[in-house]
Amino acid sequence: MTDTTPTREMAPARPTWHVVLVRPETMTLLLIIIGLVGASILSPFFLDASYIMRSFTLTAEMSIVALVLTMVIISGEIDLSPAANMALSACVFAWVQDAGVALPLAVIVGLLAGLAMGALNAFMSIRMQLPSIIVTIGTLIFFRGLAQIIAGDRSIRVPESFVGINAVMVFGVPLPVVIFVLCAIVLGLVLGTTVIGRQIYQIGTNQQAALHAGINAKRIKVGLFLLLGVVSAAAGMMAASRLGSVRYDLVLGGELQMVLMAMLGGTYIFGGRGTILGTFLAAWLLVIVSTGMTVANLLPAIQLTVLGILLIVAIIATNFIYARTQR
Amino acid sequence: MVDAPKLIEARGISKQFGGVEVLSDIDLDLHAGEIHALIGENGAGKSTFVKILAGVHTPTRGSIKMNGDAVNVTSPIAAQELGIALIHQEPVSFPDLSVAENIVMGRKGGGLLSRVPWATIIADARRYMDMLGVSIDVTRPMHGLSIANQQMVEIARALASDSRLIIMDEPTAPLTPREVDTLFAIARQLRDEGRTIIFISHRLEEVRMLCDRLTIFRDGSHIATQTVASIPEDEIIRLMIGRELKKYMRKHTASIGETALEVSGLTLPGAFEDISFTLRKGEIMGLGGLVGAGRTDVARALFGIEPAKSGKIKVGGRDAKIQRPPDAIDLGLAFVPEDRAGHGIFGTLPVEHNITAAIPGKIAPSGVISRALERGFSRKSVDDLSIRLASLNQPIVELSGGNQQKAILARWLLTEPEVLILDEPTRGIDIGVKAEFYDMIGDLAEAGRAILLISSELPELLSLCDRILVMAEGRITAEIPRDEANQEKVMQAAVPRSGIAA
Ligand SMILES: Nc1ncnc2c1ncn2[C@@H]1O[C@H](COP(=O)(O)OP(=O)(O)OP(=O)(O)O)[C@@H](O)[C@H]1O
Ligand SMILES: [Mg+2]
Repeated sequence: MTDTTPTREMAPARPTWHVVLVRPETMTLLLIIIGLVGASILSPFFLDASYIMRSFTLTAEMSIVALVLTMVIISGEIDLSPAANMALSACVFAWVQDAGVALPLAVIVGLLAGLAMGALNAFMSIRMQLPSIIVTIGTLIFFRGLAQIIAGDRSIRVPESFVGINAVMVFGVPLPVVIFVLCAIVLGLVLGTTVIGRQIYQIGTNQQAALHAGINAKRIKVGLFLLLGVVSAAAGMMAASRLGSVRYDLVLGGELQMVLMAMLGGTYIFGGRGTILGTFLAAWLLVIVSTGMTVANLLPAIQLTVLGILLIVAIIATNFIYARTQR
Repeated sequence: MVDAPKLIEARGISKQFGGVEVLSDIDLDLHAGEIHALIGENGAGKSTFVKILAGVHTPTRGSIKMNGDAVNVTSPIAAQELGIALIHQEPVSFPDLSVAENIVMGRKGGGLLSRVPWATIIADARRYMDMLGVSIDVTRPMHGLSIANQQMVEIARALASDSRLIIMDEPTAPLTPREVDTLFAIARQLRDEGRTIIFISHRLEEVRMLCDRLTIFRDGSHIATQTVASIPEDEIIRLMIGRELKKYMRKHTASIGETALEVSGLTLPGAFEDISFTLRKGEIMGLGGLVGAGRTDVARALFGIEPAKSGKIKVGGRDAKIQRPPDAIDLGLAFVPEDRAGHGIFGTLPVEHNITAAIPGKIAPSGVISRALERGFSRKSVDDLSIRLASLNQPIVELSGGNQQKAILARWLLTEPEVLILDEPTRGIDIGVKAEFYDMIGDLAEAGRAILLISSELPELLSLCDRILVMAEGRITAEIPRDEANQEKVMQAAVPRSGIAA
């Protein structure tokens, strides 16, 4: 079988520069650079790293959740409930410690609440095989509603000792940013170099083929929903620590921003494509763009418009890139 | 035939994908009222060429004339308006729509708001399916149809489009002889109406039976166009693969050993009933029958995709509970499914990831994937099976149909299975590779593996198998040992009892 004709080996593959350039993450990086340059022209103070870091702490919790969400989307599912999960877990946490439960125990209760929410999503989307987009729109409203029942319209204070995660510095970097970077590294390694990561892509690309290849798609997807639930809860409590109190409307509408991060980073909404690096970069891009606009004194309405345009551009660009590499 | 009016004149058609030229300067004339075979090895460019005619791809260079006028086939819709229909190699359909809707898909309707003429649509669809001799309910949804029936729907769709040029890209690959006969009768009738048909197939007997002229592609170049009657078979093969084909048909000489797989009373209501057989190490057992006989269902049950409701499976002498594919894999089973696009490939993922999909433990002993191991396994597979590709990183959809099939086969060979279940494994594989592939199956048997081969190609069953089971309507109707097996016996057992009158 080695005596094949020389023509068997075909002409060279696409050159490497082509492969690297035509990637959605490259586009995100490019946008970051444009954003940085633009913002520093608008305000010379902008290129101050500690300023950007401090701004980043405002969305660090959501960015962490967006990393896990990216994996869920790659596996071919979606979850729109993590922001509501953050609020409900934080409310549960604040409520039980307000009722006298010890702080560490309250944290655990909060995490368990998040896990339970993830389990509910997993049960309905994977066990009952209902479309996860519908399921999680439902649970998004449900979780938010429960949070409001628990917290009412008041804000529940958290103990002094728990407040101020954003003020903790690790080598001059705010702790939430450090946690985000660490999460990105770990999840990036999991997705990029392990069997589980590989299988997440395979499930998202063709679930039937995954089944036939002996890949346990259900188990992996359930695992992802549970992980997302726990991580959302942790992020919710980080937000509580940053804000010093909890209300039912914590990160209201945050799910859109998380999806925006994943999309801007080049995650394909129908699954099978995307990277942690992309979402990581997109999280920074969003911070740079929004603080840039704040520094430049743009009206909030204009800021919102710009974000909308960004999302549309991102989606068109990723689809274009994927369509090209597919042909 | 020679001075028949020309329907299509293609000149200098070339196509590049990402800098790789896969078609170079193809000139081809198609006459009105001919059946024109297009043949060549896997990856020769057949599908690419007909996709250009049908507006799926735009050529990098070249021009097409239809009835003497230059035409621009820029999209499938443009092709449809010109009266060009393509039956895809991989059936593409809308799984959630009904069979009838899939058949009339793309037909011109009234205005946007006019009523959908359901009664006519269903009646038409039924008429085309009857013509093709397929008895399925046209109002059922597409998904869940066997690959052969999906193919029939594709064919019906092309018929329904009333086109002047009908291109059939390996239409017969998933079909059994009876369906092929029906298809051929229809093709001849279309030709007699003055339509033109391009027929792509790896089966030379079919080409000889059906076609008027043939064109051979090799490595993206046009090698020859001749009348079928005037060219001998060895010449065709020599032109196709550029060398002599070594005469295959070495009977493998495995010594048949102890029982590898024992099945008794396996039943899944609605699919198959009371299936019992034993398969021994070193044995190649064929599973013949018509499409819809339940062969694929049995294979799926054995592999745990859709487990049987009752009955026993023993693997290596021990009772086995196979509820999910991982159970089957752990027991040393492997299954190459029939529906390559739907159940086999991860389309947009690299070839490499496709090949190693079933051996996570081998490429990642610690859970972390070793690039070197992965490369090693993939490289070896690509060499062993001479899979033709530009790079291991290429998305597998970019490979030609036959090469995709080889990659899936490679995936399962890497698991070093004790029992290998192959469902139409040579579908779309060219004759050169087929011979190599048969050799490989023989080698595997000699190495003590047990092989269950589902095939609709009788010659394949007859020449390879030690024993042939025949199924009809979900039951085993015959068990024929090698020295008694012949075409008639298999066919006789394959025809459903209830359908004998037909
Ligand atoms: N979208 C694509 N992108 C890149 N390369 C492609 C693409 N489609 C086809 N090719 C390459 O073009 C060559 C010809 O492929 P084609 O599908 O036309 O072969 P074929 O003659 O139909 O083979 P088979 O008998 O296996 O179906 C192959 O080498 C294939 O890898
Ligand atoms: Mg082809």
